[in-house]
Amino acid sequence: MSAAKKPEWDVSDIDTWGPDKHELGATIPVAGNSEEFETGGWRSLVPEIDSGKCTGCMLCYFYCPDASILIENGIAVGIDLKHCKGCGICAKECPADAIAMKTEEKE
Amino acid sequence: MGGHNTGTLAVTGNEAVAEAMRQIDPDVVCAYPITPQTEIVQLYAQMVADGKVTSEFVTVESEHSAMSAVIGSAAAGARTMTATSSQGFALMWELLFVASSYRLPVVMTTVNRALSGPINIHCDHSDTMGGRDTGWIQIYGENHQQAYDNCIQAIRIAEHMDVRTPAMHMYDGYVISGAIGPLVMLPDETVQEFIGPFHAVNPLLNPKRPVAVGPFDGLHGWYFEHKVSQNRAMDRALAVIQSVADEYAELSGRHYGLIEPYRLDDAEIAIVVVGSTAGTTRMIVDKLRAKGVKAGMLRVRVLRPFPHAAYAKALEHVKVVGVMDRADSFGAQGGPVFLEVRAALYDSDPRPQVLPFIYGLGGRDIYPDNIEQAFAVLEQAAQSKVRTSTERRYLNLRED
Repeated sequence: MSAAKKPEWDVSDIDTWGPDKHELGATIPVAGNSEEFETGGWRSLVPEIDSGKCTGCMLCYFYCPDASILIENGIAVGIDLKHCKGCGICAKECPADAIAMKTEEKE
Repeated sequence: MGGHNTGTLAVTGNEAVAEAMRQIDPDVVCAYPITPQTEIVQLYAQMVADGKVTSEFVTVESEHSAMSAVIGSAAAGARTMTATSSQGFALMWELLFVASSYRLPVVMTTVNRALSGPINIHCDHSDTMGGRDTGWIQIYGENHQQAYDNCIQAIRIAEHMDVRTPAMHMYDGYVISGAIGPLVMLPDETVQEFIGPFHAVNPLLNPKRPVAVGPFDGLHGWYFEHKVSQNRAMDRALAVIQSVADEYAELSGRHYGLIEPYRLDDAEIAIVVVGSTAGTTRMIVDKLRAKGVKAGMLRVRVLRPFPHAAYAKALEHVKVVGVMDRADSFGAQGGPVFLEVRAALYDSDPRPQVLPFIYGLGGRDIYPDNIEQAFAVLEQAAQSKVRTSTERRYLNLRED
């Protein structure tokens, strides 16, 4: 999500909305906003990428159900932790053994 | 059909509704036939085939599919109608809540019939009474004319922007649906003018403004707020139902309210009743009045939203109110209408006694004598110095 993009439907304070402020029938009145639904909080395991081992095959990128693999110059360099659910598909599919699932610990 | 009201026609209740639907000419009708509603679907399918309407008629394999198709159609932005009865209504169950929570202004005719079992095709109100908390507006008619009038008014009520909630209207299976009775119709163009064009809110079929209908509410979402919003719409519907009725009265000369009182102003005893039995009850009220008994009646028209203030105002001076339910709420203190009326009178001072009567389950006949028996119970209770037991009293039950 680019920081410059202003959402068409501003839900930044939706937690304060009362019954009359919501859209009729719970309809989402704009499209292309699933990115705003941050699913990273579901995660208990987190992928750790060893970019040195990455061969740039891009399998992790294509298999990731949440488009959360960050690629730079054809190499996997990191994870979009706002959306990664920690499913482990990337680690399972990586033929170079460059991704390991680690228990996520929070302070 | 010219610019004039028709003369008095002799039609079945279902024919009256099929004619109302022809005049409404909704964009889409999705329906599955079920006794005793079948004739509506059959007649409407014929009208579609004959080119008398422009509706897209969607044949489906069940009522679950019928209501699902109705929801898809209404969400797409089409004025959509359907009709059902009994088991068909029961099969629609989960989708009834979906339609109301999506705030789709669908109109459905439900011809009242008993729910199985034992399997029974005759009239009682157990189908729609069970559906009173589905979030739909519920309007009950007494006769053929009201079946027609309520169907047309329901369009305006459901689509009103203060409401935007689906509406169902009911009448008694067989007694009204299949028997022939009088009907005066408005001219086609008058009905079209009255309902006006359909305006969809956030229609799915608008590529210029894509929307998502029916999203998951999240793990800690806003379901609660949406339910409160539905209830607020229900509260606003009371005024809308009355204003639509008033506007309709100017066109038709037929006046409707949220409730229909009959000889209630000075009544000491009164019966509250839903549907076609109101006709028999009215006759008994007249008979008792001729003997000097201060009897009255209140016919339930709008059950959801329940106009509790109107009930309190209409009944608070009555000594004993008998509520006749044609459906039971097993294990409750009485039938569903009894519970509503009793609650509505709780704040009245002095508080009328309210007694539950159950009648007509599975189409059991209700004779004038049975209604006199009910009034006799009320009269005795009115004269008694102690409050009368609120145990259920069954009318025309075969007892051991």
